[in-house]
Amino acid sequence: AMLSLDFLDDVRRMNKRQLYYQVLNFGMIVSSALMIWKGLMVVTGSESPIVVVLSGSMEPAFHRGDLLFLTNRVEDPIRVGEIVVFRIEGREIPIVHRVLKIHEKHNGDVKFLTKGDNNAVDDRGLYKRGQHWLEKKDVVGRARGFVPYIGIVTILMNDYPKFKYAVLFLLGLFVLVHRE
Amino acid sequence: FRKNVEDFTGPRERSDLGFITFDITADILNEKSYLEIIFDWNVKQLFLYLSAEYSTKNNALNQVVLWDKIMLRGDNPRLFLKDMKSKYFFFDDGNGLKGNRNITLTLSWNVVPNAGILPLVTGSGHVSVPFPDTYETTKSY
Repeated sequence: AMLSLDFLDDVRRMNKRQLYYQVLNFGMIVSSALMIWKGLMVVTGSESPIVVVLSGSMEPAFHRGDLLFLTNRVEDPIRVGEIVVFRIEGREIPIVHRVLKIHEKHNGDVKFLTKGDNNAVDDRGLYKRGQHWLEKKDVVGRARGFVPYIGIVTILMNDYPKFKYAVLFLLGLFVLVHRE
Repeated sequence: FRKNVEDFTGPRERSDLGFITFDITADILNEKSYLEIIFDWNVKQLFLYLSAEYSTKNNALNQVVLWDKIMLRGDNPRLFLKDMKSKYFFFDDGNGLKGNRNITLTLSWNVVPNAGILPLVTGSGHVSVPFPDTYETTKSY
């Protein structure tokens, strides 16, 4: 059946009070979501506790669209074999690769090298000019768990802005019209 | 499992480069029950890696991955490799390989599930290798 336009009649029937109530409801949902996100940031210690895999450089383990859950606790040392999400200075997009080498000094300073499982060579070519190593400050987090496919939605929303607007529009409509 | 290694160091302008050949014999088993194989319904693949760990004057801790392999669900979880050469150059950050008596080689793996936690497991059993006090001038590699 086609989407009926009865809901438009519903909206007209709502008086001002009910409309404000629904808007507040919507605001609450958004605030709760933000609070959960901030809470995750605190618990994991990472500014970006959930990231979407954007490239195929870690196949066959991770594919574009997989979702990764990160922690970035200062106490956790960086060790080879770990999957780290890092940012190269001056670049926005984080990269998800595996630690290949580490050299840690007596005072705890550590420098390390990374490589994508699916790449033939290590990441030195990706780093900033003159940069040979990554340091703890470049790390966004360590991948502790993952869920496949789910992140495709955010990739679609990024690549096709019309899709993003459509999703947001539908969400807004649903919340405003839903009678509780 | 056990590894047998022969090795010699090669000279480099600024840092030590080590050459190691090794054998690996391993059975990858489930953590909870040593009798079950690791590939249960939620294990998509294993990322295996052989790493060398050692200390030098410059650095308290060094770890270098020498070799890695992806083992997919369905592959045999037993390894029987002989005369393997390292996949990656074993460069030190400095000259800490010469005369280093204690390089520990360990086999570890990252369990990649279909969905869920990504644990890193270290195999039981490791081998300590010493590097000689002098550099090799001829490369018989």
